[in-house]
Amino acid sequence: MFESLNEACDRAEELGISLGELALRTEAEGGLRTREEVEHSLRRALEVMRSAVTRGLRGDLYSVSGLVGGDAAKLSRAVGPLKGTVFTDVLASALAVQEVNAAMGVIVAAPTAGGAGVLPGVLLGLARTHALDDDVLVRALATAGLVGAVVAQRASLSGAEGGCQAETGAAAGMAAAAGIDALGGTPTEAIHAVALTMQGTLGLVCDPLGGLVEVPCVYRNATGGAMALAGIEMALAGVRFPIPVDEVIDTMGEIGRSMDVRYRETAGGGLAATPTGRRLARERLVQLKGKGSGKGTETS
Amino acid sequence: MISILDIIGPVMVGPSSSHTAGACRIGLFARALLGVPPLEAEVELHGSFARTGVGHGTDRAIAGGLLGFLPDDERLRESLTLAEKAGLRIEFRNTRLGDQHHPNTTRITVRAHDLKARIVGSSLGAGRILITEIDGFPVEVTGASPVLVFIAQDVPGIISAVSTALARQGDNIASLKVFRRKKGGDAIHIYELDAPASRSALEVIHALSAVRMIRSIPRIT
Repeated sequence: MFESLNEACDRAEELGISLGELALRTEAEGGLRTREEVEHSLRRALEVMRSAVTRGLRGDLYSVSGLVGGDAAKLSRAVGPLKGTVFTDVLASALAVQEVNAAMGVIVAAPTAGGAGVLPGVLLGLARTHALDDDVLVRALATAGLVGAVVAQRASLSGAEGGCQAETGAAAGMAAAAGIDALGGTPTEAIHAVALTMQGTLGLVCDPLGGLVEVPCVYRNATGGAMALAGIEMALAGVRFPIPVDEVIDTMGEIGRSMDVRYRETAGGGLAATPTGRRLARERLVQLKGKGSGKGTETS
Repeated sequence: MISILDIIGPVMVGPSSSHTAGACRIGLFARALLGVPPLEAEVELHGSFARTGVGHGTDRAIAGGLLGFLPDDERLRESLTLAEKAGLRIEFRNTRLGDQHHPNTTRITVRAHDLKARIVGSSLGAGRILITEIDGFPVEVTGASPVLVFIAQDVPGIISAVSTALARQGDNIASLKVFRRKKGGDAIHIYELDAPASRSALEVIHALSAVRMIRSIPRIT
């Protein structure tokens, strides 16, 4: 798969095809799988994403610790200034997938489980308001895959390596490109949407309470979705980010590498290290150990 | 080469691709290595697996893998209860394996009847795993391809006999690694194959007098 989004964009523009179509062709040319096999896997991923959103919106799921649950349903009854728009749909869907994830339900890691709400949130939110069919959504997932593959090669997709900018940040960039593809935008618009989205998530730390994929991860997926919508809206309006997308991605990698270990999934800094963050982690985790197999002894 | 399906996937039970999906795959590998459903398991959790494993369902994911459940199987949630029902006794313990190990590492010892297998496996992120030890031998196995694992006395001609047996059946070798503890002692052979070894090749290899344990392990999905 491509190591540069700028190159992929040039290639797609030259061929007059979308980034998703380019990704599907490149994948088939790789020889490991046929195009049909790749599309089949993406179609299954789409189905799982859809059922996770439906399941999460019911609002009766809670995480193992009990810290997370019920918020997606609240957003589906949004009362604020954006109610009834694609925006609240995206927030509700992103939260729904993450609530399913936290409750040990079935999701699609995209690119990781911790960032799994952003892409389905944006794509399925847009699918509802814009009546997008499954073929379009499958191609959009391929676009997202291409973006994620570039980020994986140039920077990182792991919170432990690069902070949350590498998980929900990358997921937001992927979702932005996927959204543009699904809405019929050009490859150039797609890569600018990625750059405009990811410039907004640079520096985001990974600071989960107790080290669990719950708080703030669940909410970061919703705000990641919002960031992707911002990128999509600006790119479609003709905004062009002055720094090339590859350099934005490289910057994310560079920031990740210099990020203190406290901000890389260790629960040593950020929200995890706040007095309340520590208290909640202690209370919930102690409670969990009590509920566990009772074999929490340390040997060395 | 990275595939878009490495990015959009795996389909998995949450909440963590490393602490849940990867952990399940390590359990699946231990089960496959034993060759039969395990009846007893000792699961030692190291590093982040020990610290946040319970909240991430790492214990349930490994138990599910030992029961043969895939990472997307919703039964993972109830796997501790299901293990009990299936007659599989699992003991979990936190341990410190040393700083050379990845933070998400587990050592699993499984037994059934007179069979025993022990592995050390790490979950590297995004559900990818690396088995670093099999029955005390240092190895590097990802489970991404089918593997043929066997332990044989370190005598000349084993690799030749095995590769001939595989070639006769059209089984293609992707990579081959051999580790031995000392000259003339036991050596572990790890053949990564393009497809699982055919039965007749396995029979021929098993019949070699130097070979004392052999397992064909499918791709860990």
